[in-house]
Amino acid sequence: MSTKAKVRARAAQLRRAFEDAGGEFVEAAMLQPAEILLDLYGEDIRARAYVTSDALRGEQMLRPDFTVPVVQMHMDHGAEPARYTYAGEVFRRQEDDDTRESEYVQVGFEIFDREEPAAADAEVFSVIGDTLSGVSLRAATGDIGILTAAVRGLETTERRKRALLRHIWRPRRFRALLDRFSGRGRKVSSRTTLIQSSDPMKHDFPDIGMRTQTEVAERIDALREDAAAPPISAREVGLIDALLNVRETLPFALEHLRDLAVDMPAITDATLRLQERIEAMSARGVDVTNLEFEASYGRTSMEYYDGFVFGFYAPGRADLPPVATGGRYDALTRVLGQGSEIPAVGGVIRPGLLLDLEVSA
Amino acid sequence: MTIKLGVPSKGRLMDKTFDWFQSRGVTLSRTGSNREYAGAVAGIDGVDLVLLSAGEIPRELMAGRIHLGVTGTDLVREKLGRWEQQVEEVAPMGFGKADLIIAVPSCWVDVNTLDDLDAAAAAFREHHGYRMRIATKYHRLVREYLRDNGVADYQLVDSQGATEGTVKNLTAEAVADITSTGETLWANHLKILLDGPILRSQATLWRSRMTEPNDADRATQSQLLNMLG
Repeated sequence: MSTKAKVRARAAQLRRAFEDAGGEFVEAAMLQPAEILLDLYGEDIRARAYVTSDALRGEQMLRPDFTVPVVQMHMDHGAEPARYTYAGEVFRRQEDDDTRESEYVQVGFEIFDREEPAAADAEVFSVIGDTLSGVSLRAATGDIGILTAAVRGLETTERRKRALLRHIWRPRRFRALLDRFSGRGRKVSSRTTLIQSSDPMKHDFPDIGMRTQTEVAERIDALREDAAAPPISAREVGLIDALLNVRETLPFALEHLRDLAVDMPAITDATLRLQERIEAMSARGVDVTNLEFEASYGRTSMEYYDGFVFGFYAPGRADLPPVATGGRYDALTRVLGQGSEIPAVGGVIRPGLLLDLEVSA
Repeated sequence: MTIKLGVPSKGRLMDKTFDWFQSRGVTLSRTGSNREYAGAVAGIDGVDLVLLSAGEIPRELMAGRIHLGVTGTDLVREKLGRWEQQVEEVAPMGFGKADLIIAVPSCWVDVNTLDDLDAAAAAFREHHGYRMRIATKYHRLVREYLRDNGVADYQLVDSQGATEGTVKNLTAEAVADITSTGETLWANHLKILLDGPILRSQATLWRSRMTEPNDADRATQSQLLNMLG
């Protein structure tokens, strides 16, 4: 394992490369208010981040990444468009695998730009890719926006679409919901009884807690509406499956998605955006003909990515985490901006991993 | 040196542990005044009794400060990361049986499964502006279980006792707690989700993998385990 001083020096080089690419150097506090991160990522983040507390400020987290503080800083007083770079330790709690590091350095590059998302995606990918050119890495790309577009376009109730979108980042749960909404899931007898009951709200249980009986009644209405709605057709489920299975080099993937868009017009715009991105990447000299694309890539990461996603991996080293990862996170800025939003894309490199590979290369 | 055996220092759990060892020819007893935590072992030489809070026994096993210890499966799973590598299950003891479950108010007639809980949590957050609170002291076990089952939009709030009362007291919307008969839950107008327990727990004798006894102690430990097995 590389020593800390070497990692710091390598991080400084990477940061300078990002500064040369137009990134303004910014810093972020190591302690971040836990509440914001918990609201964004949910309780799961407690398993991945160190939580501490004091009697005055309450719960704080050792920063698990820079994205949230950088977005907040930008939304408070950033000029537009903006490019940022940063370098420093992040902390990830490890409960199951002690070979994974719990403290490591990240160097990042982020672009906040309203005008040309495809160009910004391509810029982040190629700026990060260029700094990694000294080692042989496999790049993977994906686009969560295509799957969300497909879900939004399903011929079914808004409620079902919202439920599916809410679980885009939990593939197993997403699958279970899709099965249920398409009539393939196992029927739950307690629910059938409830829906068939003539007056389920008539009961003798005392009304306790903050969740009101009105909310209970509303949910029963929703369940009844759902039971009465026709299932999502096998044809549409088949199209979603076909979409999720797209895994080819970019030009073939684009062809494949265009074919799917004939039957699934909802993904037409998202496919066009992919095409624009491919063109922008190609214009920057990225070898798109050999670049892999996986439609389901990036769905299990903790990040809040909702569009373009990418990662760089050491071939033959499945034991190592990716050397670099990134993606577009427009929705995150919407949540943190409380009304305002700014399209954003960025990525991070782990100089510690990069150094190890450079040394052994 | 001696083999150190950690057992719960008070209550029914201690009494039942003493009975369990007694029926296998090992007599454990507390010595000195009623308030002093000192103990004695008869029926085998070279074993020291260490009286501890049941909640601290997993930590002591992990640190290798005791060779053997009696505590619940729930506490070992909650407190030890990768528990299988730190302790070995020697014998389930057949008492202290309890299930770790999730319970919601009985008046939530629409919620009977985790799938319902997830949907209710989403609506609750939209309606109230915060994530649905689940009171528990089993943070790790509950969080892993809910993650594996794809439940979102909840938060765990810490409750070290009287957890069943938190819903009525408006400090939580649901609870995750250990129960043997469910009576306290019913009495507090709560019902258990139908998906089955997060964990079935019972008092168990564990061996620490974190300490290697010397030759004499190893002989003592084998002799003890033979008597208990």
